[in-house]
Amino acid sequence: MAREFAIHSANQNRLPAFTPAGRAGASFKPQHFDAIAAEPTSVGFVEVHAENYMGAGGPPHAALTEIRNMLPVSLHGVCMSIGGMNPLDPEHLARFAGLVERYEPFRVSEHLAWSTHDDVFFNDLLPLPYTDETLARVCEHIDQVQEAIGGPILLENPSTYVLFSESVWKETDFLREIVKRTGCGLLLDINNVFVSATNHGFSATGYLADFPLEHVGEIHLAGHDEQEDDEGAPLLIDSHDRPVADPVWSLYETVIKACGPIDTLVEWDSEVPDWPVLRSEAIAAERILDRYRGHQQDVKRHALHS
Amino acid sequence: MRSTHDLVAANASTAYDDAFGSVLLDPERATPRGVTGPHGKAADKRFNVYRNNVTHSLVTALTEIFPAVARILGEENFRMIARDFLRAHPPRSRLVFEYGHDFADFLAGFAPIRHLKYLPDVARLERAWLDAYHAADRTPLTADDLGALPPEALATALFTPHPAARLVSSDYAVYTIFIAHREGPMPERINAGIAEAALVTRPSLNVEVRRLDRGQFLFLKTLSQGAPLQNAAGLALESQPDFDLQAAIALTIESGAFEGCRAGNDIDEKD
Repeated sequence: MAREFAIHSANQNRLPAFTPAGRAGASFKPQHFDAIAAEPTSVGFVEVHAENYMGAGGPPHAALTEIRNMLPVSLHGVCMSIGGMNPLDPEHLARFAGLVERYEPFRVSEHLAWSTHDDVFFNDLLPLPYTDETLARVCEHIDQVQEAIGGPILLENPSTYVLFSESVWKETDFLREIVKRTGCGLLLDINNVFVSATNHGFSATGYLADFPLEHVGEIHLAGHDEQEDDEGAPLLIDSHDRPVADPVWSLYETVIKACGPIDTLVEWDSEVPDWPVLRSEAIAAERILDRYRGHQQDVKRHALHS
Repeated sequence: MRSTHDLVAANASTAYDDAFGSVLLDPERATPRGVTGPHGKAADKRFNVYRNNVTHSLVTALTEIFPAVARILGEENFRMIARDFLRAHPPRSRLVFEYGHDFADFLAGFAPIRHLKYLPDVARLERAWLDAYHAADRTPLTADDLGALPPEALATALFTPHPAARLVSSDYAVYTIFIAHREGPMPERINAGIAEAALVTRPSLNVEVRRLDRGQFLFLKTLSQGAPLQNAAGLALESQPDFDLQAAIALTIESGAFEGCRAGNDIDEKD
């Protein structure tokens, strides 16, 4: 569905102006290049992690250049550290903007999380407390990113394993306020919702009922692992290493039923299977999108009810 | 007016990354204060998920950057050493493929594996391989480029290194060990004590690794440092009397080690 978060490049038409056209996408992994190139229509779009393409040259850029000429590409940043108190790294921001300029992705997204502190890079999406101070800092960072790329980003809700006693905002209110202050959109990761809801004992449908769905430009689905917390209760890990779980599919269908089709991506980042397996996950998402095509509702009037 | 308690709380909400950052890589240190499970539940195992994620992802990255070193040490030993390295030298770049530039030096100083004297150089060659993989794309020097120089300018010709080119020399059989543990086949026996040098290039999309003899190594090294061809040839001949200059000049072209050459002149040399 055409929501308002497309990136409009200054030099359009240099690359094909593809959009997913209501079809589901998948994470792009280099080992799937040949399979995708042999049948590019097998998926609606691909999403790449920006940092994997921040080298100067070589095979990653060669592959992405070819893929970009076949399919719509969405650029998903993992290491901007928007949720950290440290200032954004200007060098990283410039590299990120350079990728947007070079590949003209149809969409750009990042995370409500942090990964670098005092120059140490932790290579993980780390959580932050939700306070007035962190809200102001996150908004400042999003403003800087949006200014650098000349357009809006989508911000992804996190999966978390801990809470902060000093948090005073509900996550959904925090996200809504960020949207209000920065004009960014949201990337709703439904696996993250299910993981956090299980880990923190809240209702996933309740969270989705509170979520500002009218600002969602993209949905992520992925698989998770199950471990145990300090007291033996289930603790879900956002592992992206297996198929999407059944309860996550159900939550997804609930959202699509209420909102109509939203561009949807299946992520798979570890223990990556052969392309047909990942592709079949994207097809499963597409079946749900198809079921509610023509149902496109005014989501502002159709909040979810838990 | 804010009470002392409020000030502490305000401070805490902006210090979460300090608190996490100081303990994420250190399993001996406690979970940061203010980090909880739901309803104030204990969160040590929960916080450890982050420690595990950070350590696992970075150790795995090192395994992927240094597959030959990992194979030589065995996966379990490698991961243990990589964990120690990570705590002493956490990544400073957000680009994981830039990690481990100081891993070879760390291995050299790591007492329990001091007997594997060749290992740091194998790590250097593996790091050079990944540098080449991500280096800028440039068309390498061609025979025509070289042929375009006036014949009398050849002796003082200067060469511009290709961004992907890397040279590694060792007192040990670094090339043979690298190839055996990355591409195979594994020879029955490797005499690690034979000194070898290697040239890493990426003329187009594939990274290439070549063994160099002593003269070739000195020749390419000297050229890549910006010295004129005759100086490079002189040094190579000095160290290896049977140094083949024609073959070495051919190598500058076929290997993709350089991206250009130009006639040097006296003014340049005086500079």
